[in-house]
Amino acid sequence: MYSIDHRDLGTPPATSADSVTLEIDGATVTVPAGTSVMRAAALADTQIPKLCATDSLKAFGSCRLCLVEIEGRKGFPASCTTAVAAGMKVRTRSPKIDQLRRGVVELYVSDHPLDCDDCPANGHCELQDAAEVTGVTHSRWAAGQTQRGSAPDVSNPYFDFNPDLCIVCSRCVRACDETQSTLALTIEGRGFGSRVSASEHQPFLASECVSCGACVEACPTAALSEKSLAVLGQPERAVATTCGYCGVGCSLKAEVKQETVVRMVPNRAGQANQGHACIKGRFAFGYATHKDRVSKPMIRARITDPWREVSWEEAFEYTASEFRRIQQKYGRDSVGGITSSRCTNEETYLVQKLVRAALLTNNVDTCARVCHSPTGYGLKHTLGESAGTQAFTSVQKADVVVVIGANPTDGHPVFASQLKRRLRQGAKLIVIDPRAIDLVKTPHIEAAQHLQLRPGTNVAVINALSHVIVTEGLAKDDYALARCEPKSYQEWKEFIADPRISPEATEAITGVPAARVREAARLYAAGPNSAIYYGLGVTEHSQGTTMVMGIANLAMATGNLGREGVGVNPLRGQNNVQGACDMGSFPHELPGYRHVSDAIARGLFESAWNVSIADEPGLRIPNMFEAALDGSFKAMYIQGEDFAQSDPNTSHVAAALTAMECVVVQDLFLIETARYAHVFLPGASFLEKDGTFTNAERRIARVRKVMEPLAGLADWEVTMRLAQALGYPMDYAHPSEIMDEIARLTPTFTGVSYEKLDRLGSIQWPCNDNAPDGTPTMHVGSFVRGKGKFYRTEYVATAERSTSRYPLLLTTGRVLYQYNVGTQTRRTKNIVFNKEDVLEMHPDDAEARGIRHGELVGVASRAGEIVVHASLTTRIARGVVYTTFHFPESGVNLVTTENSDWATNCPEYKVTAVEVAKVTQPDAWRERARTMRSTRKGASATAG
Amino acid sequence: MNVQRLVAMANDISNFFGSDPDKAAAAEQVAGHMKKFWEPRMRAEIRRHVSTGGEGLSSIAIQAVKKLE
Repeated sequence: MYSIDHRDLGTPPATSADSVTLEIDGATVTVPAGTSVMRAAALADTQIPKLCATDSLKAFGSCRLCLVEIEGRKGFPASCTTAVAAGMKVRTRSPKIDQLRRGVVELYVSDHPLDCDDCPANGHCELQDAAEVTGVTHSRWAAGQTQRGSAPDVSNPYFDFNPDLCIVCSRCVRACDETQSTLALTIEGRGFGSRVSASEHQPFLASECVSCGACVEACPTAALSEKSLAVLGQPERAVATTCGYCGVGCSLKAEVKQETVVRMVPNRAGQANQGHACIKGRFAFGYATHKDRVSKPMIRARITDPWREVSWEEAFEYTASEFRRIQQKYGRDSVGGITSSRCTNEETYLVQKLVRAALLTNNVDTCARVCHSPTGYGLKHTLGESAGTQAFTSVQKADVVVVIGANPTDGHPVFASQLKRRLRQGAKLIVIDPRAIDLVKTPHIEAAQHLQLRPGTNVAVINALSHVIVTEGLAKDDYALARCEPKSYQEWKEFIADPRISPEATEAITGVPAARVREAARLYAAGPNSAIYYGLGVTEHSQGTTMVMGIANLAMATGNLGREGVGVNPLRGQNNVQGACDMGSFPHELPGYRHVSDAIARGLFESAWNVSIADEPGLRIPNMFEAALDGSFKAMYIQGEDFAQSDPNTSHVAAALTAMECVVVQDLFLIETARYAHVFLPGASFLEKDGTFTNAERRIARVRKVMEPLAGLADWEVTMRLAQALGYPMDYAHPSEIMDEIARLTPTFTGVSYEKLDRLGSIQWPCNDNAPDGTPTMHVGSFVRGKGKFYRTEYVATAERSTSRYPLLLTTGRVLYQYNVGTQTRRTKNIVFNKEDVLEMHPDDAEARGIRHGELVGVASRAGEIVVHASLTTRIARGVVYTTFHFPESGVNLVTTENSDWATNCPEYKVTAVEVAKVTQPDAWRERARTMRSTRKGASATAG
Repeated sequence: MNVQRLVAMANDISNFFGSDPDKAAAAEQVAGHMKKFWEPRMRAEIRRHVSTGGEGLSSIAIQAVKKLE
């Protein structure tokens, strides 16, 4: 069932620039060439009955309900599969057409129950609509071999499949193919015995189904239907908003009954997601109303004290008095704040404004520090802007796609579906990853090259690729010399052509056969449109920034920037990482990436905010921890960030947090970091506030409130009230006023307003006088910095080496079903799909240690030790182990180290030397973790 | 501030810019990076460390820190 406010046009839009004029039921209609008669009729407000057609899927022509008459043509063609033609005259109704349609509907009804009143799709069922339009109330024909009485498949936690209600229109099968590209569904059997089957007639939960829900949305009846529809009943209204999970930023319709979200449905007009969603965005919203949500502010003098519920006023006054006391005692720069990539642009802007204008320090940082800060630095210095270069739609024009250190099918599933669509059309794929991610080989897709490098050797590989391109004469010298600084290009070419950088010379370091590197380089250079997509496997290294620069070098040298189909595209982890960075969340930058030492930019904000802003950079997150341990950093306001689980070397983080005198945590739940907090301010979920998120393609999109904040205040209101308590005037009536201020002060946002966002749907910045509707593709004609700049990217081995004591290299990632530290997804039914972090290990490494699949193993590094279950797989190379970080019980970041990127201090999560050993029981840390969890539960109970 | 951590960070920065054949220019870039991204108490601490010999710092890092004065 598609969204309750969606007007379905039957078939997808045609993209032709040419127009065709025809006549439908006597009315003149002009549409793009290639449009179906069905869609043209719908655009002219004539709805042709249909069952197998929906505008998210290619026309199928099987139900025979959309038959029409066309003057001069024989028979009754299906309007969904018939393209418009100039001068065509179409009749959508006639006695004969009506008779044919009645017969078709009667056949469908013969194998479909008519007890519509009890059906969850009642009122939104397309078969019900077709019966009503054709006047069918019963069938003259008895069913043959019927599906009646087949047991429903209720295995999936979010939706049911009821074969009784299935009309075998294949929309679900086609959605799994065309929209999701997983191909988990098929139709098995023939005639009345035809039946939708998941994988090889398995329950949905046990099948290859990834629970994206595209099939559920495509189903015209309630055969595939959300469980929530049956429980809660039909929604009453739909509110367009933006997903709060990953950086794809899917546009969703929250369908609501009173203040309860019944279901989420992707917005078919969504420009980022193009009408698709994944299991997290579509189904995993239950955390917003989970019983663990904290609804009252709480304070305590010491972190060993129980929490005490207080009013908002008391919480603000206590926090403000503590921050003022600490600043008076230890100095202005003894305090700081953290903005959240999970919060809106307006909220991150306000937090950094509070820190800079109310606390008068630049000690503000954001969780992008631990993920994509190297992207910001690397792309700013090479290309001139700290952001990806393309729109997601650009991938449909790519001929060669390079995926580096990213796992899109798990981390960015909706983009992965778009990518798979292009790959299935014939684009070539190169994967650079220590692990054989799903994209390496999946139905109808196989990577042309998988460069399975050793963790920590990214730079050696990217340099080797560039080496081949330069030394084999494959570089686009004309482009590079015209668009980039010629001196930097020449110097870089000399550097990169050095034989010590060649694939052959670096093979022993990277573990990648030289011949494969050469083939991959030739493929990328040949393009003609080659695009690079990368993730945290690029940035979370001691050379993360060097690698980003290496990627930019490669793209510039081959002319793969500045048009559709190419580019350098960071796949951002969280929903608003890009926005948090844009909004001045870094300690050295004001909104719009202007350094605090820039007197002109600073003056602009000083004038608007009526304060004097410090001209020196503030502390970054890891620097804050160091300063806390040396006693010079004492208080921190943390909005939506869980250091104690997400940051490396957890013991070190815990010691730093414990050393502070006032830690303020603003979050939905009593997260791990809240154990060290003195003040807890309840946060609001994305369903409880207005604002905007900016996704990985720089797309600013509206977040719209669908329910009141559980604790009474949205996060932007909390920050505003805290600023007021600190004595700094902040007074906004609505987030739109905050955006107006951002637009006034930020050149790349000058043209952004809520009115324009409502009108255009979304806007990709820069949006200003030069680009009033935004900028889908950056660096067209010239780079933002003027001339692109090549940097020498010398490979430097990480200090984290495998040794005889720690002979394996641990690298980390995520799974489809969980989101980051799992605070949200662990509180949804996604837990059915993924219950714990496991350690992936090559069978040979396991055998050498006497470890069998599923056994508990201890993973020890120089930083700490954890215990998880082993999962043996050849996805991972010998000598490398892999795990995720979604569960506090496993505490994966106890073993990661304090090594970090040279330029940005982004932690080196992706390389940790470890040893793995079989254990028979959980280690002491897990026992402590249990104790801590029970303590927190007690605190939570105290909070009521 | 943990000076050993600052030493490691300074050396990492120097490793990147140190690939420039012009070592004086490399030191200048390292110093520029520290000015732009290091909070004043971090710079003060590394300067203090250099003033007492700069143990553990690469030569480019020491040159760079001296330029911070």
